[in-house]
Amino acid sequence: MEEIASLMQGFGVALTPYNLALMFIGIVLGVIIGVLPGLGGANGVAILLPLTFTMPPTSAIIMLSCIYWGALFGGAITSILFNIPGEPWSVATTFDGHPMARKGNADEALTAAFTSSFVGAFVAVVVITFLAPIIARFALKFGPAEFFSVFFLTFASFVGMGRGSASKTIAAMALGFALAAVGMDGVTGQLRMTFGYDQLLGGFDFLIAVIGLFGIGEILSSMEDGLKFHGSEAKLRLSVVLTTWKKLLAYWKTSIRSCIIGCWMGITPGGATPASFMSYGIAKRMSPRGDNFGKGEIEGVVAPETAAHAAGTSALLPMLTLGIPGSPTAAVLLGGLLIWGLQPGPLLFVEQKEFVWGLIASMYLGNIVGLIVVLTCVPMFAAILRIPFSIIAPVILVICAIGAYTVNNNMFDVWMMLVFGVIGYVFNKLQYPLAPLVLAIVLGDKAEEAFRQSMLLSQGSLSIFWANPLVASIMSLGLVMVLWPLASAIKTRFGQARSAPAA
Amino acid sequence: MDFRRTKLGRRIAGAILSSATLLAGAALPAHAWEPTKQVTFIIPAGTGGGADQMARFIQGVVGKHNLMKQPIVVVNKAGGAGAEGFLEVKKSKGDAHQIIITLSNLFTTPLATGVPFNWKDLTPVSMLALDQFILWVNAETPYKTAKDYIEAVKAGDDKKFKMGGTGSKQEDQIITVALESVTGGKKFTYVPFAGGGAVAVQLVGKHVDSTVNNPIEAVAQWRAGGLRPLCIFDDKRSTYTSKVTDTMAWSDIPTCKESGVNVDYQMLRGIFMPAGVTKEQVAFYVDLFKKVRETPDWKEFMEKGAFNNTFMSGDEYAKWVEAAEKRHHGLMKEAGFLAAGK
Repeated sequence: MEEIASLMQGFGVALTPYNLALMFIGIVLGVIIGVLPGLGGANGVAILLPLTFTMPPTSAIIMLSCIYWGALFGGAITSILFNIPGEPWSVATTFDGHPMARKGNADEALTAAFTSSFVGAFVAVVVITFLAPIIARFALKFGPAEFFSVFFLTFASFVGMGRGSASKTIAAMALGFALAAVGMDGVTGQLRMTFGYDQLLGGFDFLIAVIGLFGIGEILSSMEDGLKFHGSEAKLRLSVVLTTWKKLLAYWKTSIRSCIIGCWMGITPGGATPASFMSYGIAKRMSPRGDNFGKGEIEGVVAPETAAHAAGTSALLPMLTLGIPGSPTAAVLLGGLLIWGLQPGPLLFVEQKEFVWGLIASMYLGNIVGLIVVLTCVPMFAAILRIPFSIIAPVILVICAIGAYTVNNNMFDVWMMLVFGVIGYVFNKLQYPLAPLVLAIVLGDKAEEAFRQSMLLSQGSLSIFWANPLVASIMSLGLVMVLWPLASAIKTRFGQARSAPAA
Repeated sequence: MDFRRTKLGRRIAGAILSSATLLAGAALPAHAWEPTKQVTFIIPAGTGGGADQMARFIQGVVGKHNLMKQPIVVVNKAGGAGAEGFLEVKKSKGDAHQIIITLSNLFTTPLATGVPFNWKDLTPVSMLALDQFILWVNAETPYKTAKDYIEAVKAGDDKKFKMGGTGSKQEDQIITVALESVTGGKKFTYVPFAGGGAVAVQLVGKHVDSTVNNPIEAVAQWRAGGLRPLCIFDDKRSTYTSKVTDTMAWSDIPTCKESGVNVDYQMLRGIFMPAGVTKEQVAFYVDLFKKVRETPDWKEFMEKGAFNNTFMSGDEYAKWVEAAEKRHHGLMKEAGFLAAGK
């Protein structure tokens, strides 16, 4: 096959000692960047981009994409250890990853997360290698209505996930939508809910909200529990990688499903964040142990991590072939391509073969190097939890504050983070779920924008959501997801009513 | 552990910065003033857009050719259609270590939202280039000239034709409204998207009927045969004559005026500083950007994006900006885009 020959050539390009060294440096820098909340992949790549201008383009993109893989791996570390997701797509990883760490199984959770990331990314790279030309064209089918249907499906697969009352879930989600609406309204060009405060012009950044709600909220709760950090009994097992891998084999169905969701969302390009939430929601629904999700189920780590990385990786495909970035980090990489004199677009695969296949080869190698680097560090990461809480808490607090500040270089954001921390604490106390709130903050304005663009296109008619088989099937799937819990609730009640007299 | 990693990261960054400074220190002419610490380069737009690309490109060129002793740090402040970035510069009166790149939102954002800032709150440094706008349609449509397309709009139902663009009440929508002056009372349905690249792809996917993308946003799709340029919104054709596609160069695209569509519009890509800085400080940056423009990298960048490569500084530039503001006020007033009290 032609692809295999091209790929082998690509390996020839990528496998020079210089490029391998850059790969390693990139991964390590990426993990550091991923660990620090607020720095994030996009900022990290943006800061380091100018350093690469003097390198050959292929080496430069290899190093930068390795920073990207490293940041993707690194994002899981803080999510699991401290309940602080460094990237939007790591939020779903905290739901079960952090409870696992609290039970003393941080090393297992980390191994599961890293391995799943690798599997997701690897499958996505294989898809890119062989199907690039075919699926690249698929992304063109995505107009505003299709985008809205994907967001709708994400929200739908999330309904009924919180164990609390449905009204609390809706209240939390509505608050999230309201917060997401603050700032510039992209459709009318007017400011909304800024009340004359300049600081609110940019709206609420997802990261500030999440660092506060999850990170600070968690610290406040732990303080109340008497300065006791539940992870302190973290075991340090060197064999943990092998034992966890054995466990993971049982979840092959979840893995495959998550890979499909992830690749599809990355290519379309819905992005890694909806992919991770959707995959988690569906895994919870499908798993026989679904009721235990949120209490530290390993499957609840596998699903979002696999999907997020499959999506994050396959998102590079629309970037290369269409010139539209699937994520903020991809946007910065895109800027880099232009500076190196490469024009992303349909012709890139034809005109810059060496570059494209070198990049694809580096995706294989970079992920393998990345997996080895992070897996060898698992016991070290898990050991962090052995540090007494009274020492680690102030450190986390400072890192959170730095993270919140770096998002926009703005002191106001640090205060906002603390306010969100109190909100997170209160939510915990009153048993309001945080996940719907965060989901609405992350995707609320995008979903709104897509909906209103669709309404402009159709001049106000909802029929646009059933205008072609693609959008109609996604919307219908979403409706099924919304109605499923309702239907199953009726069924159980009906079933009980019928079986009661018989008993 | 986390903490140690932070320090390590910073040390690496520090080492890189200081070695860059050392390298740059050698052969620079003496200036009456030069930056004594890092210069913050604010982009009043998100990552990946035209302004962002240009600013990061400049940062790269300055570093690559050692044009300045101190490093440039690029910061995106996109909130409120760029208002966040402009307010930051307005607030930093007298700070000569801050520069900002502008796009048309320097005029459109305060006029449309009423956020209190104006170019007069800033010090004009220099114009780098003017970004062009081109009317694009999908290559599979039958429209070969701007006239064909406008006739079709005239003949169609009101709001039948959909125009995709970047942002709302900004340059793309202003041009759309200006186009409506020649469509015989028929309006476009304007659909705002978040970024220019996405707009071009929406047109290839036939979700909209036309766009007014900047050349650099649409060139890849044009070369791949997905889009067709109808006319350029300038009074002269582009000066770039080398072939971009198999058959056409930028200079082969007719002006809209030639095609009977009397609309022209270019977007400022220029540099401003906070108010209250000295003449020497402004002179340093004017000189810096002159040097940037002399590099071969810059010339290549200009051609790739078919920019109108005009340079201005001093009074000439300030006069241009003043005229441009008046023009935007007029265009936006006609379109009904002005905020109350503007």
